[in-house]
Amino acid sequence: MATRNPPASSSNSLRQDLIEKAHRIGTTVVGPAADAVDREARFPHESFAALRQERMLGAFIPQEFGGQGCSISDLAAICTTLGQYCASTAMVYAMHQIQIGCLVRHGQSAPFHRAMLSQLAEKEELLASATTEVGIGGDVRSSVCAVEVQGGRISLTKQAPVISYGAYADHILVTARRAPDAATSDQVIVLVQKADTRLEQTGTWDTMGMRGTCSLGYLLTATGSAEQVLPQPYAEISAQTMLPFSHIVWTSLWLGIATDAVNRARAYIRGEARKKPGTTPPGALRLAEVMAILQTMRATVEDGTREYERLMHDPEALSGIGFAIRMNNLKIAGSQLAVEIVGRALQVCGITGYRNDSKYSLTRHLRDAYGTGLMVANDRIYGHNASLLLVHKDE
Amino acid sequence: MDEIIRQVVGEHARLATDVSTLGDDADLYQAGMTSHASVNLMLALEDRFDVEFPERMLRRRAFESIAAIRAAIEELTGSRPTTSG
Repeated sequence: MATRNPPASSSNSLRQDLIEKAHRIGTTVVGPAADAVDREARFPHESFAALRQERMLGAFIPQEFGGQGCSISDLAAICTTLGQYCASTAMVYAMHQIQIGCLVRHGQSAPFHRAMLSQLAEKEELLASATTEVGIGGDVRSSVCAVEVQGGRISLTKQAPVISYGAYADHILVTARRAPDAATSDQVIVLVQKADTRLEQTGTWDTMGMRGTCSLGYLLTATGSAEQVLPQPYAEISAQTMLPFSHIVWTSLWLGIATDAVNRARAYIRGEARKKPGTTPPGALRLAEVMAILQTMRATVEDGTREYERLMHDPEALSGIGFAIRMNNLKIAGSQLAVEIVGRALQVCGITGYRNDSKYSLTRHLRDAYGTGLMVANDRIYGHNASLLLVHKDE
Repeated sequence: MDEIIRQVVGEHARLATDVSTLGDDADLYQAGMTSHASVNLMLALEDRFDVEFPERMLRRRAFESIAAIRAAIEELTGSRPTTSG
């Protein structure tokens, strides 16, 4: 059963405080490091040191465990803010919060996971996830690997084509079949701890964009105790939390990429206008156009977040087909709008935006934006919706 | 009705185990039914029983077992003793 966050979660002052901190960290640390993170395809260490110092990693953990008990819309706002400075940092932060969300909402009935929530809040530890697997054709809702139990101890071996920032995480949430004789779709989530986990690198991460997420492939082998398995089936955790959380925090950070692209376009046009006072620069019309699309994107993201917040504590509604389709559409729309907005902002800035060495450069934004429709490919999501629409009746 | 439900489940749920070995309350998802297969099962049940599952029934839980499917269909058909199919 999904667990309710304390009511303090939607406090406006907490939201303001979190956003101000994200902007401060963004201006002083995340933004200045973004080009190096991108160029070197390295983990944004300095960003996470700063986020830890401001206790931002445990923001969603309820106060009774030592966190700040913020809401999903607060997390979305933080992701949008960070996304304006460095999409890789924002993506790592977002992926971490998806795992935190799963523990907060589905782990509170289990002593191990309650203790883990306190530890995460106290030490500001970073969570990664290993959901995709070699041999399942990208379908995260089926697993080849299985949890093997022997004398109360479990072991697990997974060929993971991607574990984003796996090398830098303190713990990893791994999906696997419930038991060696379980069906491929009968999955659970296991929280494995770094000390008990071996990651043998099997792949590299040298991509067009989102380079700082360090999403390398690994052969993961882990041991632990049986209580590290989350009590609910993965299918329920996925429908009620992992999928909606993912699509909300991802589209929120993509909104951040788009927002910064438009901000750069605005700054460029202002500069042009100052050169010839009294005339409106020709690109200003294009800027007006892209602003309208940015507003559409913001509304789309906020609407999706609100819809989830409204239904968050209604597991029945969250497991319905209508909700799944809506959350899928949020991801598709967010990714398409991000690419469109950054592309239009580039048209506004022209060759100045095309340069890598100008303050109006949009090359990193554009490269990062193109990843949005490819990570969990939109065609795959359209395929799911096409199937669900066969039985869905819009009421 | 159970026989027909079991037949449709056997044809469309793509279980990893034989449906005849499952009890009425056995979890079909644990038996290997994917969400994609559950959509096909819903469509086949709609066709076979000449019903339409309303949006409120399009939940994971409504199709999780033979018993749950029977309850859903009985609710839609007003518990009339069903049809030979």
